[in-house]
Amino acid sequence: MKKYLPLIVLACLAVLPLVGLSSYMLHMIVLVVMWSAVGMAWNLLAGYCGQVSFGHAAYFGVGAYTSGILYYKLNISPWWGIPISIVVVTVFSFLLGLVVLRLRGPFFALATLAMGEMMRVSAENLNWLTGGNIGILIQERTWIDKTYYYYIVLAIATATFLVVKYLMQSKIGYYFVAIREDQDAAESLGIDTTWYKTIALCISGALTGIAGAFYTNYMGYIDPHIVFALHDVSIVTIMIVMVGGVATLFGPFVGAIIMVFLAELVRSIPGLGVAHQTFFGILLILIIIFLPNGIVGDFQKIKRLFKFGGACK
Amino acid sequence: MSLLEVRNVSKLFGGLAASSDISFTIQKGEILGLIGPNGAGKTTLFNIVDGVYPPTKGQVLFKGQVISGLKPHQICKLGLARTFQVVKPLQRMSVLDNVIASAFLRAKNKAEAVEIAMETIQFTGLEEDMDVISRGLPLGKRKKLEIARALATQPELLLLDESFAGLNHSELNESIEIIKNIKARGVTIMIIEHHMKVIMSISDRIVVINYGQKIAEGTPQEIRNNPLVVEAYLGE
Repeated sequence: MKKYLPLIVLACLAVLPLVGLSSYMLHMIVLVVMWSAVGMAWNLLAGYCGQVSFGHAAYFGVGAYTSGILYYKLNISPWWGIPISIVVVTVFSFLLGLVVLRLRGPFFALATLAMGEMMRVSAENLNWLTGGNIGILIQERTWIDKTYYYYIVLAIATATFLVVKYLMQSKIGYYFVAIREDQDAAESLGIDTTWYKTIALCISGALTGIAGAFYTNYMGYIDPHIVFALHDVSIVTIMIVMVGGVATLFGPFVGAIIMVFLAELVRSIPGLGVAHQTFFGILLILIIIFLPNGIVGDFQKIKRLFKFGGACK
Repeated sequence: MSLLEVRNVSKLFGGLAASSDISFTIQKGEILGLIGPNGAGKTTLFNIVDGVYPPTKGQVLFKGQVISGLKPHQICKLGLARTFQVVKPLQRMSVLDNVIASAFLRAKNKAEAVEIAMETIQFTGLEEDMDVISRGLPLGKRKKLEIARALATQPELLLLDESFAGLNHSELNESIEIIKNIKARGVTIMIIEHHMKVIMSISDRIVVINYGQKIAEGTPQEIRNNPLVVEAYLGE
């Protein structure tokens, strides 16, 4: 059963548009799937390799802008952005890694946070390249129907899932976890920790960049505040994985479902305004206290809790 | 040619000389004991040999090649593995996964890594705890895991840093047995140990350091009767 779970989930997702969802609902689900892909990418670096990044907006944004700039400057279909962003973001991640991977733990986290913000400020000011704060508008949408976009993002998320799953069963996966658990011990076991951390960063960055490139195509509009946002991209990514389950294959997916719908639900409460972010703060605190491994990671704990409740009745 | 040669190695931390002008060699196939009072600089010497610290002066040669200045992972690849005094198991991994992770150094694929790991686990007597998450292991088994993990990289020279400290009597005997078996496989061993009975019985030669300086070198018998060593341990 457990072995077939990914296939069952995928089959359910594949037939989802056939049940006749409203355009709004489909939009929500596209976002869920996209965010699970970003979450899985972050999870590879932070959850498995232990390098907690607070700046995944940098990769998301560079991916998104790769698509945007191809269209805006070179008049090429922004769909080319998806394959091209793999190369661009990998190179970008590698260069970034040369700087940030020299640092450990909280220092690494802070450096990545700064990098994300730096990218946002750069994108705001490089008017000749990015259009600055005006952003980039994709004027011709490929499809009106969201179903096509849904299948594309589903393919991206499935590919991301498979990449992470395959890596984690291989030598690289063992090395990533060894680095997470003890970098000095890993080094003494013959693991070139700098090199493998760079690999983790590049793959994680590239996977995030693909999702970013998709975002440009799907939303049709990007500006620095959207795709390089600290709270709307970097922090949301962390929240998704924390809620769903760090270092689990399904955690990001479960987390994305909860976060996207919760965000929408809370935002629709009238008179709340930006206070909806408070909810996420409280949620994160509760998760860290009661389910430090997330919903998927602490699933046994949740199951026990409900069984216990049942016995009391 | 000796397997390892430590040539006039000094290490300064600021003004403190943790090692000063230490030289000795290890021959292939022998067990070299490294002893000395607390704070004598034994672990520092290990860290220099293993590449954690570069020496301030001097050189370390392994199989005739200068290795001081290389990184620990490069030195490990050349065939020199170590254990840590303060054990560093990969906590949230099972015992088997711990050993697989280090077996990958020489294995071409996962099947081969698993095979090396299984063999090493049996060799060190950890098969019953194979699937235990290593955070939950008692100290004695963690020490064994350290040895297993180092062995899985298939080293020619194994550095053991207090692998016997804190073990009870039966664990001690098991570990001595393991060390003897490792030697029988042709692996050369350099060992730091405070347990005098153990070090005297398993070592072929012993190097004694005190305040970062080598004060004696010789067979266990010679060391036992060396007045300088007795003084370092018991005082005048």
